[in-house]
Amino acid sequence: MLKVKDLDVYYGVIHAVKGISFNVPEGKIVTLIGANGAGKSSTLKAIAGLVKSKGNIKFLGHDIRGKQAHKISNMGISLVPEGRHVFVNLTILENLRMGGFNKKHSELEPLYEKAFELFPILKERANQKAGTLSGGEQQMLALARALMSEPSLLMLDEPSLGLAPKIVAEVFDIVKMLNSKGMTVLLVEQNAAQALKIAHYAYVLENGAITLEDEAKALLNNEQVRKSYLGEM
Amino acid sequence: MNTTLILQQLFNGLALGSLYGLIAIGYTMVYGVIRLINFAHGDVMMVGTYIAILAVSVLLLPWWAAFLLTIFATAFVGVVIDKIAYKPLRNASRISSLITAIGVSFFLENLFLVIFGGVPKSFPIPALFSGTLHIKGVILPVISIIVPIVALAFLAILMYILHNTKYGIAMRALSLDMDTTRLMGANVDAIISFVFAIGSSLAAAGGIFWALKYPSINPLMGIMPGLKAFAAAVLGGIGSVPGAAIGGFIIGIVEILAVALFPPLAGYKDAFAFLLLIFVLLFKPTGIMGEDLERGRF
Ligand SMILES: Nc1ncnc2c1ncn2[C@@H]1O[C@H](COP(=O)(O)OP(=O)(O)OP(=O)(O)O)[C@@H](O)[C@H]1O
Ligand SMILES: [Mg+2]
Repeated sequence: MLKVKDLDVYYGVIHAVKGISFNVPEGKIVTLIGANGAGKSSTLKAIAGLVKSKGNIKFLGHDIRGKQAHKISNMGISLVPEGRHVFVNLTILENLRMGGFNKKHSELEPLYEKAFELFPILKERANQKAGTLSGGEQQMLALARALMSEPSLLMLDEPSLGLAPKIVAEVFDIVKMLNSKGMTVLLVEQNAAQALKIAHYAYVLENGAITLEDEAKALLNNEQVRKSYLGEM
Repeated sequence: MNTTLILQQLFNGLALGSLYGLIAIGYTMVYGVIRLINFAHGDVMMVGTYIAILAVSVLLLPWWAAFLLTIFATAFVGVVIDKIAYKPLRNASRISSLITAIGVSFFLENLFLVIFGGVPKSFPIPALFSGTLHIKGVILPVISIIVPIVALAFLAILMYILHNTKYGIAMRALSLDMDTTRLMGANVDAIISFVFAIGSSLAAAGGIFWALKYPSINPLMGIMPGLKAFAAAVLGGIGSVPGAAIGGFIIGIVEILAVALFPPLAGYKDAFAFLLLIFVLLFKPTGIMGEDLERGRF
């Protein structure tokens, strides 16, 4: 579904992503794991069209590199950005409305219903400003908002960031459930243990380059990964 | 001074204040979405009054048609200014855009001086707007009653757009977070154009009413109302639409009442707006309705 080849991202002289290549097949959860500053967010932003990049990004057979972000979003790629970035000045319902920006009025109501079914907490607070939600609730909202456009590829940038373990487990359960219903997911995480548990395939990113890739289960048992990312000595 | 006169002046202040408010909304919305103080905004108002004069005296349109044409044409002018002058600098430093805005202001003033000359033109006032009303001894020009009503109507329409239409909601989202607004599939450039269109058309409406109140127009007429509307926007809390309206009303009323109560100070009337601004900012640096600057605007 998504094929990335020789992707480079530069910020001035900083070479943040160094010619990486990876695939996200339809119906799978693929994860990119790596430490702080490895280039995970830069990779997702390049795919979403928020930062300039070099190389080749193909989505459903179309070359999307260099396209404007809103056009990429309209083609069916949804990014839940790192740090959630809900619109704190808008109500929950307005946040969802933004998520379904290009949906027709008649299509919105069933989509709201679906979002509220998945995240009942959002329904109770529908007319409250998103800024009043807790971190976990904001992550739920960011996820619900990303689903409003009915994407075919869902990209998540560190959804576990700053959340209590219980909430992290909840978020990952939902991602797994979405995937079981057919959603293709590209998951970026520092929380390698959790990510590898739900993913099918995984890539390890270090200093902007992919150093390791394998089935997620195999990486869970990989000595090097266990040492560097799963906190074992 | 008796109460009748004070009441009369209060109404005049309200009318003047609504004009400042109408113009201030353009400053506040543009600042909200692209963090630019559009110093050419007062001159856009001036352009609007010239369009109105041309529509009436050259195209010979009836006043209502001239009004509509002016609103749409000035909206277009605002959008074009953004596309030509500001859009190429969207990712440049804010000071570059600010200096460009001052450049656009000089350009418009001098362009119109070249085309129309510096001699003030008289603005034709339709009979409908020229009368006065006498209510229990209070003498009110009709225009002083119409202006606040129209201004409040525009404000209500704008608030409706901002809270109930997808482009309005997107404007508020954009004022908080441009990249995330893009991720939603919204074309940010189109939304910014829409903001310039709204701000400029409200400035045009303000300009027409200004010319109906002070029917002598010249290419530099936008400077002082523009500066006071800017003061009103900052006073109300830059980025807040209701704040801009409230700031406008306060500055209009203070200016008129100060001159009415202390006639010897009439020569300093233009200073009151800025004195008030300095005074309020000393106590509330974010302006009256201004909140935490990173919590979104409007
Ligand atoms: N806007 C920017 N300007 C300059 N350098 C940047 C910018 N964004 C990221 N970088 C640099 O690029 C490199 C990769 O950053 P990136 O945010 O992609 O890492 P990450 O893997 O997402 O890290 P984290 O786990 O902390 O989110 C880092 O060295 C970072 O400092
Ligand atoms: Mg990151």
